[in-house]
Amino acid sequence: MKKVLLHAALIAGGLLTLFPLLWMVAASFMSRGEATTYPPHVLPHAPTLAQYRELFVRLQIGRAFLSSTTIAVVTTLVSLLFNSMAGYAFAKLRFRGRERTFGLLLAALVIPAQVGMLPLFLLMKTLGLVNTYWGVIIPSLASVFGIFLIRQFMLSIPQELLEAARIDGAGELRIYWSVVMPLARPILATLAIFTFMASWNDFMWPLIVLSDQSRYTLPVSLANLLGEHAQDVELMMAGSVVTVLPVLALFLFLQRYYIAGLMAGSVKG
Amino acid sequence: MSREARAAVLFLTPALVVLGVFFFIPVIAGFALSVTDFDLYSIGDIRNLRFIALRNYVAVLRSEIFFWTAFVNTLYFALVGGPLTVAASLGAALLVNAKAAKFKPLFRTVYFAPVVTTLVAVGIVFRFLYHPRFGIINRALEGIGLQPVDFLSDPRWAMPAIILVAVWKNFGYNMIIFIAGLQNIPDELYEAARIDGAGEWKQFRHVTLPMLGPTFLFVGIVTAIGYLQLFAEPYVMTHGGPLNRTLSAVMLMYQEGFKWWRMGYAAAIAFLLFLVIAAATALQMRMQERR
Repeated sequence: MKKVLLHAALIAGGLLTLFPLLWMVAASFMSRGEATTYPPHVLPHAPTLAQYRELFVRLQIGRAFLSSTTIAVVTTLVSLLFNSMAGYAFAKLRFRGRERTFGLLLAALVIPAQVGMLPLFLLMKTLGLVNTYWGVIIPSLASVFGIFLIRQFMLSIPQELLEAARIDGAGELRIYWSVVMPLARPILATLAIFTFMASWNDFMWPLIVLSDQSRYTLPVSLANLLGEHAQDVELMMAGSVVTVLPVLALFLFLQRYYIAGLMAGSVKG
Repeated sequence: MSREARAAVLFLTPALVVLGVFFFIPVIAGFALSVTDFDLYSIGDIRNLRFIALRNYVAVLRSEIFFWTAFVNTLYFALVGGPLTVAASLGAALLVNAKAAKFKPLFRTVYFAPVVTTLVAVGIVFRFLYHPRFGIINRALEGIGLQPVDFLSDPRWAMPAIILVAVWKNFGYNMIIFIAGLQNIPDELYEAARIDGAGEWKQFRHVTLPMLGPTFLFVGIVTAIGYLQLFAEPYVMTHGGPLNRTLSAVMLMYQEGFKWWRMGYAAAIAFLLFLVIAAATALQMRMQERR
């Protein structure tokens, strides 16, 4: 009996959780006006791709898709390099002021990004980076959280391995790249997914920096689309699917790394 | 300088330059900005900039819009939404982690899925789910004999509606952390409690909850920091309305700073928000220590 109740609760919770996402997908295949009929129905009567065609052909959401992809990929690759280099230095290289510098970085985690956003915008304007992809990308090229995650992982790499490589005459760059990085693959995968998703889902900063519609990322584009198409439920749902599906798929394929990283970041922290 | 120290400088430079130039300096500059009257005229010609000490702060604290609306709304969202999210997370973690539960990885994945979705997109989805006539939520209310509610246009219901979206979107994140916390509780503690005749509720109250203390602290701090920065949900769902009931502190900062270009004033708002976040973090740490 208790087992039945437990599973009933689990399934009910699961359905409630999935419902908004399932409805989003279903409504995106409805023909125009179908989601606003009374009484409402949950499944499309005659599934159609009309909304997607409208999005990609007339509204050119493909451009936003490309913007989002470019920004997320570049951010992920470069920040992975920068954060892993810094994380390695904090974990494995002995230098003066190491702990103090690292502590200072950690303390910065409570500072909300918005505090620096106004001057950051003015800085970007001075550098001529407003309304460019770089303007969106550059502030995310290093993160305290990323450095922290890498450092925690690299602390467990035995020091003898590095000493042995030094005795063999390997340079510091070479040790980092050929000895440490291959060992850090699991945490690099975790951080890559985190960064990609954070970049893909980010809204406020791209909204501030990008002014030209042709450069909008998907979330900004979607919020903008809502201004003119708030009544076109089916179209907005198709737009939401296009925005959400890539990250959701990425999560489903790579969730092993993602969830492991989440736990590592919390338990050891 | 030793070989290792030289290498460290090389390895740290890229990340520290990015963080320094694009985070730390802007944060400090943000404070400087908040004691000036930086506005549209200063963007045109920086010579129009004047030092005005704490006058922005005084203006912010005196103004109805910021202090009595945005600030209270933000606190409402964090103080009601935060605990609800943590409770939902703990509930889900207990269910998924129960010994008798089957298909654990499946349920864990399902409950976690909303976390990775895009806030703007799900905000739009919920806008339609809340529709007074065609939204499924109102049809369900009608099904159990209740009157439909125009959630997002009703000053009383708009914030609770946004809170529900936030709970749905975020409970999976904390759930994973609670599961990790639950798995760290040694089985012997439960055995000892059983031998002492403790029932399930007593075991939960006297073993599970106290042992989860550090997890609660972490989850509480992360949730509070995130929730006090409420922005995207009201931006796409209500534009801060109705009657400014969902206008958040960050939204007000955005409007003042990037719509009206009153950047000195907006910077003061951002700094007050930072103070609130720092206070919320310190308060939770203090409460944890006392226990």
